Amino acid sequence: MATSTPKPKKVNRLGLALSEYRGRPSTLCAGCGHDAVSSQIMKAFYEMGINPHQVAKMSGIGCSSKTPAYFLGASHGFNGVHGRMPSLATGALLGNRDLICVGLSGDGDTASIGLGQFCHLLRRNVPMIYIIENNGVYGLTKGQFSATSDLGSQLKSGVINDLPPIDCCALAIEMGCSYVARSFAGDPKQLVALLQGALSHSGTALLDVISPCVTFNNHESSTKGYKWAKEHEELLHNIDFIPYFEPIETVEYAEGEMQEIEMHDGSHIRLRKVDQDYDPMSRSGAERLLSKTRESGEFLTGLIYVNPVARNFFDLLDFSESPLATLPQEKVRPGPKVLEETMQELM
Amino acid sequence: MSTQTRPREDLKKKKRQEVVNDFSIQVATVNGSGSQSSNNVLMRAIFRMGVPISGKNLFPSNIAGLPTWFTIRASKEGHAGRKKDIDVLIAMNPGTAREDVESLEAGRVVIYDEKLNLSKIRDDLIYYPIPFSELAGEVVKDVRLRKLIANIVYVGSAAELFGIEMTEVEAVIANWFKNKKKAIDLNVQAAHLGAKYVAENLTKSDPFRIQRMEKTQGKIIIDGNSACALGSMFAGVTVLTWYPITPASSLAETLADYLGRYRMDPETGKATFAVVQAEDELAALGMAIGAGWAGARSMTSTSGPGISLMAEFVGLAYFTETPVVIFDVQRIGPSTGLPTRTSQGDTVSLYYLSHGDTKHVVLFPATMKECFDFSIDAFDLAERVQQPIFVASDLDLGMNNWMADPFDYPEKPLDRGKVLTAEDLERVGTFARYKDVDGDGIPYRTLPGTDHPLAAHFTRGSGHDEESRYSERPEDYTNLMDRLAKKHETARTLVPEPIVRYTKGAEIGIITYGSTDVAMEECQEQLRQEHGIEIHYFRIRALPFTDHLKDFVSRCQKVYVVEQNRDGQMGDLIFLEVKDELGKIRKVLHYDGLPIDARSITDQIMAYERG
Ligand SMILES: Cc1ncc(C[n+]2csc(CCOP(=O)(O)OP(=O)(O)O)c2C)c(N)n1
Ligand code: SF4
Ligand SMILES: [Mg+2]
Repeated sequence: MATSTPKPKKVNRLGLALSEYRGRPSTLCAGCGHDAVSSQIMKAFYEMGINPHQVAKMSGIGCSSKTPAYFLGASHGFNGVHGRMPSLATGALLGNRDLICVGLSGDGDTASIGLGQFCHLLRRNVPMIYIIENNGVYGLTKGQFSATSDLGSQLKSGVINDLPPIDCCALAIEMGCSYVARSFAGDPKQLVALLQGALSHSGTALLDVISPCVTFNNHESSTKGYKWAKEHEELLHNIDFIPYFEPIETVEYAEGEMQEIEMHDGSHIRLRKVDQDYDPMSRSGAERLLSKTRESGEFLTGLIYVNPVARNFFDLLDFSESPLATLPQEKVRPGPKVLEETMQELM
Repeated sequence: MSTQTRPREDLKKKKRQEVVNDFSIQVATVNGSGSQSSNNVLMRAIFRMGVPISGKNLFPSNIAGLPTWFTIRASKEGHAGRKKDIDVLIAMNPGTAREDVESLEAGRVVIYDEKLNLSKIRDDLIYYPIPFSELAGEVVKDVRLRKLIANIVYVGSAAELFGIEMTEVEAVIANWFKNKKKAIDLNVQAAHLGAKYVAENLTKSDPFRIQRMEKTQGKIIIDGNSACALGSMFAGVTVLTWYPITPASSLAETLADYLGRYRMDPETGKATFAVVQAEDELAALGMAIGAGWAGARSMTSTSGPGISLMAEFVGLAYFTETPVVIFDVQRIGPSTGLPTRTSQGDTVSLYYLSHGDTKHVVLFPATMKECFDFSIDAFDLAERVQQPIFVASDLDLGMNNWMADPFDYPEKPLDRGKVLTAEDLERVGTFARYKDVDGDGIPYRTLPGTDHPLAAHFTRGSGHDEESRYSERPEDYTNLMDRLAKKHETARTLVPEPIVRYTKGAEIGIITYGSTDVAMEECQEQLRQEHGIEIHYFRIRALPFTDHLKDFVSRCQKVYVVEQNRDGQMGDLIFLEVKDELGKIRKVLHYDGLPIDARSITDQIMAYERG
């Protein structure tokens, strides 16, 4: 698809404008982090030149789970039941493996009611993007603590959370997830690069995105609000993404300053060192990093772990390359001889 | 229920009068002792003698060590329901032997392991002691193997006693162990030893005999789960997602086997299906719904506890109008209940499963043919009416052995329902996901991945308008609910019609459904022969009811609804349908977990009839 003549600036490689990746107008609170994430999803799909009709948007229940209505209006979407998006998404992909599947969930949807399905999706390495819009609170039911609320964090009402949080990234690595990233709705540049990386990945790509709830969890003492996140965000690295359909310019970096990762579809992720040596291709390194941040309370963002060649669920099932949903009758109803043979065996 | 008129042949008095091809053999063993193959050999050998059989396994919820009873009923009339009395007991389990012997009617036969010393218990039975383990020891030395082989020794002994031809026993053994020559030889040898011992040491003094007849030629023996599995394969299922539970597991497992054998694409060598053992029933149904939404023929199979877990997702499929097929192989509830006992206790749950106004389509197969056919129908219906379709089987149908005619190859092509492709959209020019274009309440759908600007829509379990946009407008909600109700009315015209038999001169009607039907022919015979009562018969094959039901009730003076649950759940649904004639309806119930038998029905009806 790549052409050598430069395209007019306002359309992507399919000739689509960014506006064609919009959805319906958002009904979330003005300033909600989730809307910022939606914008970056549109941008990433636009930049990657993905045909919206190939996309399936899946979600559970919550403010975050409503967002698929607000981006990619030209794609099919399925807003299911609370905490069960993983199974719906898995099924949709079993039915049609050509779909590019993006799942939207909240911290309540994923880490509370949906924890089981979340873990099993990751175990299976189902090829899809899974985004947690993590605000440390139940937005839609008006501000109760969730399972990712930090220990000691306080609701506006003064109630203090006395249970430890579940770290979805650490859990994801434990479950064998092959692409694990943490980001922040207030860091569009990083988020879009991580989303593009996710789109070029062949297994489950998990993005735990701190996405502040301006209505219920953005007060002074909140540990998932804009102010806190802006002040505490530490970049693991600077990320550049070079899609497979664009030429790679070679840039000179000093030894150890830059790491380049080739993704499944031939795209490249370039990680430029900030101030620490970190190799996201090491699973044990990722585990160490996350256990360290859990103790220190640091808010590190970036690509925490990636294995671009992990076997995904489709490889395992070894099923038809063409979508099961539309296999013709001749392929799915065996002939009379087969019935005869099975009947003979039962005589 | 008391019965004064029950004819009881005293078999001792009629010693000389033979009972041919009409008796039951119960083998009492220990779970996990490997008696499954020998029981099968015995059953199939009788079947190969041309005598109709049915085989029921009464087993514990346990892997090894608890008592199990396998009952073979030979019936020249072809009665396949459970027979209440046991005629021949093969007592292999020391743990239950005394109780098993005590529960027999006088004059019945006990074949037992000599060591058990059972003949002291009663003196009104016919005893055949046989040294099973010693005989087995002549074939194998290994202690563990000897136990297994002892099972096939009793097959040989029974064959000799009742006149089952050894050539048939040998043929079944050869079939059962396929190409394992050593196993075949051992088993054949053991069977012969069992027969030889009887011939040389015992004198037959019981009246029971198997005699060759011609009633099983071309027939098959199958269980309902296998029949449903085969039906699903020929329905073109592509996505099977499930979670293990008795008595439904073997449906999914058998299907997975068949798919592996017969549904690999010869061109690519790849599977034309996906089977996933999910983490629980919620996920199993969630995956099936996701696949159905994507356009695949998808299914799950489960039993009561799984059905309860699936409730929320069933509502989602109903409200989003997503096709999916759900098999419920019922067992006793509530809660864990008895995992290995049969029931029709989910009838009302299935019909109304999930919160809000929901009602579903439920198919009730009663025979092996229907297990096969309805499985195919279920997939067609799911895609035609775009909603979950339940196939309500039960443990008795699903896991027991039934004789049946070979299944007919489906003639009708797959009905993939109202799906608009990109070309269709181009031609039609408009699309609204939930608009009732045809006036039958069934809208059109597009599948994700359809390359057309009109195709996309946002499926949601929240309230929506015709374009599938979120809507809280009262009229959008009522319009939607009214259309779903209309769709239900359409479904009424598409489900399998009831089986109705009117009998001249009859005043009483009997209504049944599902596995209750198997006892009915015999019950009808008992009512006629013992009490001179004729009946009209009505077998429900689906919910919602078709119009035939009201008509039937109005033509009867009294209607007995027979089913296998405590509350008469189908009876309650019938009450709602025939409000004006409530007074005619009586409930006949059976709910001890054993498959229903004709005698229990006849007795209850007669108790009512006497007032
Ligand atoms: C089975 C069920 N239980 C409870 C609810 C109520 N409910 C709706 S959204 C929600 C929590 C959402 O929190 P989160 O996933 O963090 O999303 P947010 O609104 O914060 O984006 C709850 C409990 C529900 N819809 N379904
Ligand atoms: S309540 Fe919070 S999470 Fe929900 S829309 Fe408002 S700001 Fe966003
Ligand atoms: Mg939240």
